Amino acid sequence: MTRDEITAGLAEILEEVAGVSPDDVADDKSFTEDLDVDSLSMVEVVVAAEEKFDVKIPDEEVQNLRTVGDAVDYIAKAQS
Amino acid sequence: MTDDIVVTGLGATTPLGGDVASTWAAMLAGRSGVSVLTQDWAAQLPVRIAGQLAVQPTEVIDRVQARRMDISEQVAVVAAREAWADSGLAEAGIELERLGVVLGTGIGGANTLLAQDDILEASGPRRVSPHTIPMLMPNGPAAWVGLELHARAGVHSPASACATGAESIAWALWMLRAGRADVVVAGGTESVIHPLPLAGFAAMRAMSTRNDEPEKASRPFDKARDGFVLGEGAGVIVLERAEHARARGARIYARLAGAGMTSDGYDIVQPQPQGEGAVRAIAEALRDSGLAPSDIVHVNAHATSTPVGDIAEIVSLRRAIGGHPVITATKSMTGHLLGAAGAVESIVTILAVHHGVIPPTINLDDPDDAVDLDVVTNKPRYMEIPAALNNSFGFGGHNAALIFTRA
Repeated sequence: MTRDEITAGLAEILEEVAGVSPDDVADDKSFTEDLDVDSLSMVEVVVAAEEKFDVKIPDEEVQNLRTVGDAVDYIAKAQS
Repeated sequence: MTDDIVVTGLGATTPLGGDVASTWAAMLAGRSGVSVLTQDWAAQLPVRIAGQLAVQPTEVIDRVQARRMDISEQVAVVAAREAWADSGLAEAGIELERLGVVLGTGIGGANTLLAQDDILEASGPRRVSPHTIPMLMPNGPAAWVGLELHARAGVHSPASACATGAESIAWALWMLRAGRADVVVAGGTESVIHPLPLAGFAAMRAMSTRNDEPEKASRPFDKARDGFVLGEGAGVIVLERAEHARARGARIYARLAGAGMTSDGYDIVQPQPQGEGAVRAIAEALRDSGLAPSDIVHVNAHATSTPVGDIAEIVSLRRAIGGHPVITATKSMTGHLLGAAGAVESIVTILAVHHGVIPPTINLDDPDDAVDLDVVTNKPRYMEIPAALNNSFGFGGHNAALIFTRA
């Protein structure tokens, strides 16, 4: 999957789970500060992303995924 | 501060309508809200009818918020929003430290618990929603309402099965009298139309199995009654110190003059045969209101359409009040909303006092021989109602009596 495809997939999950507009989803956006994703919703996003992208995102990694770009990078690397 | 507490807002969502106005209009028209369950899972059940919501809460609540809420929480919020808007307090403003919530549920987030258990069994623990616990906890509905209104005086959730809605209103009255708040949003909520609760109640032989005539299934006091019909929904009222309400020029529906709550200490599900606990609850509500039995001209009965319960209530009404009050049993139209019943029926009682009209009991074609009181049937009855009583009883031996008087 390309970075763009992963970003688009994440945007779908963020819209479904937290009502985030796809237009707001960009590499430099922080999940909590910019996109208003609270901690419980972040858990949902992670679990949905694992399923969608067929990767494992361990809980101890989640705290390092501060921005959309961090998550896309992690998923891209995990897929390769 | 005086103990004078008034009702300034009403909100409900029921099998008869998505708000108070449509529910009330359907009741005056004598309509049934009971229908056939068409879901696939219903086919295997002995009971295949229920009073299902007329308007789904997801038509009202934002999608993202709704997916974090059990349906019992959603309907509570829908009813609370209506009651709050109706009270005019949104415009008048209120000190949030003086605003409380008392709102309970009989069963709580059973739909969430069972749906998440299905996910656990099928896909494992990692797939279980992180929202599961706040969705199934029994204080969840009260907490969501408190969150919506930013209430800070205290959020409480009594649980007493089918007496929950009425007990919540009684506890709200005492919260106000204790001086802990100026306004309390109070009520009850329930939505457990799911095969497991239906099978559980059916296993108790407590439910009507009149599956081929859903609209005739809930028939309190009728000889052919064969059990209650499960309903879903929520009722919420805004209770306010009278001086607080008058100072802001609020519309006052009625006074909550008094409340009585007792427990049977007799059996986990059967009422005392002579209705002793109910008699004591009504006597306590009268004493609390400073009224005499002769002052009560109307009773909205608990009357769930079970063979034993309806007669026990008639016996206790005769003993506690006498033979004069005019009775109605609106569960004949809504079905039994369990933890919401006492709140929805309080709203009906309040509107009866306010408008001077009692909605009918439907399906009372052939009254049980033991029913020797004046029950309103077929069409509404117009009369002056200075004071009225609303009864609620719950599994566990809970008895609650509320008295509303004209403002």
